[in-house]
Amino acid sequence: MDLIADHISHRFDTLAVLNDVSFTVRTGEVVAIVGPSGCGKSTLLSILGGLLQPSGGAAELRGAPPKDSLNPLTFVFQDFALLPWCTVEENVAFPLGHTALGAAERRAIVDDALRRTGLSDFRRTYPKQLSGGMRQRVGIARALAVKPAILLMDEPLSALDSQTRELLMEDFVRLLADGAMGAVYVTHNLEEAVRLADRIVVLSRRPGRIRKVVPITTTRSERGDRNAREKLLVLQDELWSLIREEAIDAEREVQHA
Amino acid sequence: MPSARSSMLDRAPSETPSDIDTRSRPVEFRGAGFTPRAGRASGWIALALIVALWQLAGSAGWVNPLFLPAPSAIAVATYKLAMSGALWQHLGWSVMRIGTGWLLGTLAGVIVGFAIGLSTLARGVGITFISALFPIPKIALLPLLILWLGIGEEPKIATIALGVFFSTAISVYSGVDAVPRNLIRMAQSFNVPFHAIVRRVIWPGALPSILAGFRITASVALLLVVSAEMIGAQYGIGAFVLQAGNLMQTDQLLAGVVILSLFGLAVGKLISLLEAKLLHWR
Repeated sequence: MDLIADHISHRFDTLAVLNDVSFTVRTGEVVAIVGPSGCGKSTLLSILGGLLQPSGGAAELRGAPPKDSLNPLTFVFQDFALLPWCTVEENVAFPLGHTALGAAERRAIVDDALRRTGLSDFRRTYPKQLSGGMRQRVGIARALAVKPAILLMDEPLSALDSQTRELLMEDFVRLLADGAMGAVYVTHNLEEAVRLADRIVVLSRRPGRIRKVVPITTTRSERGDRNAREKLLVLQDELWSLIREEAIDAEREVQHA
Repeated sequence: MPSARSSMLDRAPSETPSDIDTRSRPVEFRGAGFTPRAGRASGWIALALIVALWQLAGSAGWVNPLFLPAPSAIAVATYKLAMSGALWQHLGWSVMRIGTGWLLGTLAGVIVGFAIGLSTLARGVGITFISALFPIPKIALLPLLILWLGIGEEPKIATIALGVFFSTAISVYSGVDAVPRNLIRMAQSFNVPFHAIVRRVIWPGALPSILAGFRITASVALLLVVSAEMIGAQYGIGAFVLQAGNLMQTDQLLAGVVILSLFGLAVGKLISLLEAKLLHWR
């Protein structure tokens, strides 16, 4: 199943946020969206996931979703969006509550999602008792429970410390390794973008439009190699030089706002 | 007299830089205070001290028992009331009025509060009405309610229900407004239907505010039942307190006040238990 951004534009009242953004996320592909602050990355993700109606253009799906997918487009949120009154297990089971699945089936799905994210021992724990990294793992387990075709990840690691970020990044690489699941990965962090993405969409400052689409030819499994890492560092520098001036302008704009 | 500045400067030469460098000294602790803790024992001790002082004042004849009877006299009056059955009769009427009025007001308040929290039309209409009617002291409506509903129990119950309704509606829609929007968007992103979002996200998210509202409405109901019973009732704690006052039976009057206080405490405890059970995740 492909996800298509078809000439998407968006305004909040008089403020133009996105301007004619078009690209396609193909089955199993990971597309990172980077750009300076306020360029409309998260707005674009909300539009792609159907949480916001664009002022112009459309988000479209092409092809059938996987047969067993309960929610083909599934978000992983920056702030985890966990229900504080539910345990880990209940949070993971939350999106299954309104489906036609039987209790045994639900339990099996939840068990599998908890196992894949290393949360089996924390199933009866409440979110407030967990670290930030573990909370995001719950968010990921909840997303995996509905067997998405495409994960829509809105800066999923930005609220975490660097060590936890590194560990979760390894988890993402593992989860996306078999190519069964694609992702749109919105991030400020260029290192995360080059580690995870097959393509990087670089947005300009507001109103965000596509400045460049950068393909990454190295496979994700190879990106741990020394040679590949050096290449990725060069690419990261190139991306930064592409964004830097606009990032400075965006920061000044935020300070003056 | 030397100025503060000059005295500081005068002292400066006595400490050479080498002294300051070599002597170790503790870093001054500056983090004290601003963390008050509820000490249970201190509260009970203070209460016991005041009651003891009050008893002493009564026993020693420092105060006229007609104006302020001693705690022991109040305890005896309460015991006699309980034994005669009058206490239970008055309390029964008051509990019935509070219970019925509170339940009706709460039910209507929860429904209207949720409507205001979830519907643009209801919010537009409801907030205007609530803003206009909430500040009216509800006891002032009792004569009008007697005119409309007769002189039975209905106007008293309606007065309590009205008082409870407004506070409940406000706490419910404030609670709905306070549910983090990201949780609602999360549920929407999983295609969770509207009714399930209300039941599984908005209701539990608004519950802390709703229960805090219950605490307020319980006090409002108690206040209104006493006022309403003082105005027009034969039985009820409010009527009993008024009667005792008219007959200068201050020990019985204060027995009624103590019973009201205990009733308020019991309701508060009940709500605390409810909070502990329903909000254990906090």
